[in-house]
Amino acid sequence: MSLELHDISKSFKDDKVLDGVSLSVPEGKTLVLFGPSGAGKTVLLRLIAGVIEPDAGHVEIAGRNVDGVEPEDRNIGMAFQNFALFPHMDAHANIASPLTAQKQGKSAIEAGVQSLARLLKIEHVLGHKPKELSNGQKQRTALARALAGKPKVLLLDDPLRNVDAKLRFEMRLELPRLLSDQNATVVYVTQDYKEAMAFGDEIAVINGGVIQQIGTPEQIYLSPANVEIARLFGDPVINFLDVTPQEDRDGVFAMISDKRVNLDAGHKHAVGQDCVLGIRPESVLFVAEDHIRAVPVTVEAETPLNEKTVNLCLTARGREIMASRPSGTPGPATGPAFVTIDASHAVLFDKQSGALIPQDESAALPKGEVA
Amino acid sequence: MQSVSTLERVLRGIAITVIILFFMFPILWIFLMSFQTNETILRVPPSIFFEPTLVNYKALISGRLEGSTATLEIAFMSNLYNSLFLSVTSVTVGLLLGVPAAYAFARLKFRGSEDIAFTLLSFRFAPPLLVLLPLTIYFQQIGLADTYVGLIWVYQLIVLPLILWIVRGYFEDIPADIEYAYRIAGHGFWATFRRIALPLAGPGIAAAGLLAFIFAWNNFIFALVLASADKQPVTVGALAFITASGINYGQIAAGIILSIAPTFALALYAQRYLVEGLSLGAVKG
Repeated sequence: MSLELHDISKSFKDDKVLDGVSLSVPEGKTLVLFGPSGAGKTVLLRLIAGVIEPDAGHVEIAGRNVDGVEPEDRNIGMAFQNFALFPHMDAHANIASPLTAQKQGKSAIEAGVQSLARLLKIEHVLGHKPKELSNGQKQRTALARALAGKPKVLLLDDPLRNVDAKLRFEMRLELPRLLSDQNATVVYVTQDYKEAMAFGDEIAVINGGVIQQIGTPEQIYLSPANVEIARLFGDPVINFLDVTPQEDRDGVFAMISDKRVNLDAGHKHAVGQDCVLGIRPESVLFVAEDHIRAVPVTVEAETPLNEKTVNLCLTARGREIMASRPSGTPGPATGPAFVTIDASHAVLFDKQSGALIPQDESAALPKGEVA
Repeated sequence: MQSVSTLERVLRGIAITVIILFFMFPILWIFLMSFQTNETILRVPPSIFFEPTLVNYKALISGRLEGSTATLEIAFMSNLYNSLFLSVTSVTVGLLLGVPAAYAFARLKFRGSEDIAFTLLSFRFAPPLLVLLPLTIYFQQIGLADTYVGLIWVYQLIVLPLILWIVRGYFEDIPADIEYAYRIAGHGFWATFRRIALPLAGPGIAAAGLLAFIFAWNNFIFALVLASADKQPVTVGALAFITASGINYGQIAAGIILSIAPTFALALYAQRYLVEGLSLGAVKG
């Protein structure tokens, strides 16, 4: 069933938590709601679940307006960030609760609980009360409960937030398959950009109660709508350099440490404007001194980060640049070095507003013709 | 506190002893009195050594007070029964009305809910006599004076605010997400109230019920004004021991022991729940 939100607004007292939020999730797809804490993600999920009502706008499930429909009649499954297990019931009864609500027979309930418990590897703790479960088991129990009723819409409120790193890693691998098996429409809330990129067919970035950008993970990563989103997506964080694009007969370029960095011709309309150039650390490459576009830097520090090695470099003017390369590839640990900047994936933002300056597709020349 | 000096320990011991003596001595003295006759009680100087007798308890239970001059009929046992009946019924009614109301005040923030809740609490602020005098006139006019129904109704002034305010706190302590989760799982409002809210607030409801029972049991003034002899609880009935021929201290003491026994036993038994119930939040995540 598809899920649509139309122009939802919600205030608590004088505090506007959501302001004109519209979203659409096609049937069977996963939308990730990504944003910092206090952005309104959880409130939005509760509005979809029907436990709170919006001040304005409405929610549609499978094309039907569900205003005033009680939560129990919405055919939704939800996993809460704090698990919200029923403390006086054991794990079995917790998972069975959607099935008892559907008035299923004893054997059907038993079969449903057992198959989910097997899937989530919690068969051995079904008789335990929530307080006897580890955080990981609680999280799996909560997930099993959300899935048990075979809901058509599944709401997951940062389910990996309160579990340890190892389990989070495992669940990051397991969850996508689990979700696609359910064939449900999923809204997944997270503050972790990696989860967002891994799970989302689409990502909606929400901040201050407003949707800032909706797009596929690639779109969000490659052309973030503003400086803030660019900063949140990516690890190590994107480099920002203040530039003023210029143009000559060879094309559009910016000067970094007195070296020319060619920009995509699509940025032509930003010429002369105060801009911030966003360059992913992966696009900063160490080169030999005689490279034509080599920018001299001083390598200040080297940090391993998962499968990458990150170098913090200082340019001649004291600007910090992070360079990231696959671990094991050669590169200087400290001292003077030269880098070149691959600007093909660089993004330009307006310096004042922080908003993305979109490329003008018509002005963009085929890559080969950029001198 | 890492190290407690000897002096501190001794001082604390003395302080605790003094406090226990101060509070427990009257109860102990009454307990001893209940096994004595008026003569041994009133002798000078008083002594804790005496020949115990069960005559006071016999008189109370048989309902016949053998005085020096005449035999007096007393209704102590029926008073005890009245106390029990009035307290149990009042608390039952109070719980039936108060618990759902507490839930409403805790969860459904409706217009004026705070004001109504406060008004209910304010019943406890007024001196009972202020309420009682006009109430007596109303009750006489509508035929509720000297009836169990009337008394139970008035007892709600004591019981209801207590239950309402204690239980409300308990409902508020249950994370709303737990109730939401049950609703989303497909259960209706009433099922959620019955199977989630009620069990989780259970300790609080028990504590409130217990406290309300003790308050109802100890009530004196309402029953004194509104009930005649056959509806009187023990608190009022004990007045009968002050007779024209003298005050029967032995019987009064025995009556007190018998009448505090149920609440005392209840409080001892439920002490753990009471302390836990009144001081601790019901559930954490």
